[in-house]
Amino acid sequence: MKILVCISNVPDTTTKVKFTDNIKLDTAGIQWVINPWDELCLTRALELKDGNPGLIESVTVAHVGPVSSEPTIRKALAIGADSAIRVNAEPHDAYFVAAQLAEVIMEDYFDVVLCGIESSDFNGSTVGSMIAEFLQYSSVSAVSGINIENGEIIVTREIDGGKELLSLPLPFVAIAQKGITKEPRITAMRGIMMARSKPIKIFEPKEVKPLTEIVSYEMPSKKEACRFIDADKPGELIDILQNEEKII
Amino acid sequence: MLINQASSLIFCKMKKKSSENYHINKKMSVLVYTENWDGKFKKLSYELVSYASGIAGMLDSSVTALSIGDVDTSELESLGKYGASKILSLKNVHLKSLDSQAYTVVIGDIAKELNAKVIVLSNNNTGKAVAPRLSVKLEAGVGAGVSRLPSSLDPFIVYKRVYSGNAYANVVIKSEIKILTLAQNSFEIIETENKAEIENINYDLDPGLVKTEIRDIQKQSGKLLLTDAEIVVSGGRGMKSPDNWAPLVELADLLGGATACSRPVSDEGWRPHEEHTGQTGKIIAPNLYIAVGISGATQHIAGVSSSKCIVAINIDKDAPIFETAKYGIVGDAMKVLPGMIEALKNAKSG
Repeated sequence: MKILVCISNVPDTTTKVKFTDNIKLDTAGIQWVINPWDELCLTRALELKDGNPGLIESVTVAHVGPVSSEPTIRKALAIGADSAIRVNAEPHDAYFVAAQLAEVIMEDYFDVVLCGIESSDFNGSTVGSMIAEFLQYSSVSAVSGINIENGEIIVTREIDGGKELLSLPLPFVAIAQKGITKEPRITAMRGIMMARSKPIKIFEPKEVKPLTEIVSYEMPSKKEACRFIDADKPGELIDILQNEEKII
Repeated sequence: MLINQASSLIFCKMKKKSSENYHINKKMSVLVYTENWDGKFKKLSYELVSYASGIAGMLDSSVTALSIGDVDTSELESLGKYGASKILSLKNVHLKSLDSQAYTVVIGDIAKELNAKVIVLSNNNTGKAVAPRLSVKLEAGVGAGVSRLPSSLDPFIVYKRVYSGNAYANVVIKSEIKILTLAQNSFEIIETENKAEIENINYDLDPGLVKTEIRDIQKQSGKLLLTDAEIVVSGGRGMKSPDNWAPLVELADLLGGATACSRPVSDEGWRPHEEHTGQTGKIIAPNLYIAVGISGATQHIAGVSSSKCIVAINIDKDAPIFETAKYGIVGDAMKVLPGMIEALKNAKSG
């Protein structure tokens, strides 16, 4: 069984983003990282491989981005992915990215495709399910667990007020969130050394017209200063919430 | 080359019950998918219909709502009040639980039949599972997690949160058909005098399309869901111990709200993971969010910044949470919470 984990290259989640002319991300000083949910997917894929050595043959990561995102790919290899694929293109929109990744999967077959529920930059939650539709694979979203029981993959899906355990035939795409593993795997020195010699296969993009385009960014409106209430007068706060804000 | 196999399978599978001559209405419309929970709609369903109705108003079009599952007539009729002029009710034994691929085929085919130019879904788990697949099937761009009506129709511009709430983007959807997923609690529900026509429809679904098999369901019923709650009381490390949660829970109960927590609290196992609110946990937008003993790390704020009003209680007057909060109390949670509970009880009895 071959697992593919799709990874996105995003600014570190503590970054206070800024834009030039309301459209261009000011990249000065930005630390780029693997999208946190993708990192959890990669960790889980490696745990499954370690726990089922005969069953899972390899874990590959795939990324759509220019050569400047290679340090993030190398990090994924250092964490433990066996190989990587990079589609050499700017990731224009989710549709474009998903179409490129679907093409990669058509070329190099994978049984299980894992994608993070969203990327911390565009918060779209769309790429994984789009890949599945391009390929006519089944897909499960809101996945909080993937386990192998008696050689069969059992997926846990979050639903309102609970969870479902489900099975589905290969190949499929799982779009995963918090819960699939506890912590992202940390890179060890040995992993970093080994990553240098692992292959990154480059695909040239196929022609796909993006369906959406960001035309401008806006910053959240400046909020008024916090109004402090004396700790000895909690009744004052209740009164404000009840009579001024009218929300309780 | 990629082939979108589903599109070649399309033929008229949708038919009106007890009628041979289903007249296809080619006037364009706005289609809204209204999911149900055990046969009931919730506030978010009405937000969706109100939103779809707002778009239909801009387009001089009408709203058709699609319901899949067993929902009784009076419940279906309730959608009319928010502006749906037609409600399609589809009951199919194979669509009892969500199979993203099968739902996409059904909703996509119905959208085609209706000549829908805008399709609205919730940005919840179901919407996130189906909208992107529909996007590929219909070659329709997705505005994911929109929170306002489009600012313009030509070009079609929507507004959405990006960088986990650190910025917002104006996004042009260039395709002929547009798919929008609405962020929960971001749009006011608008009641009207409108009444909807209900139509039961059949769909001849190939059961082979449903590939997910549900093995087990673990569900708590009757509990207010964090994502549905209009008031949320949330605790952080400042609560000091899992044994200190009683007053926080009592306050949430008195307010008719839900409880939440920060990441360290759920990581420590003080509170269940479902309560973790923040960038990697649940993203919520209640009317009132009360953060107790939460310092306010960027990742936590990313999950709650869309709340209408944030109240912070923290012993540290320099805690970053006060930069986001509208109201603040600097003090020990174990003293402030009982005070709030008492004041609330007095206010209620008075």
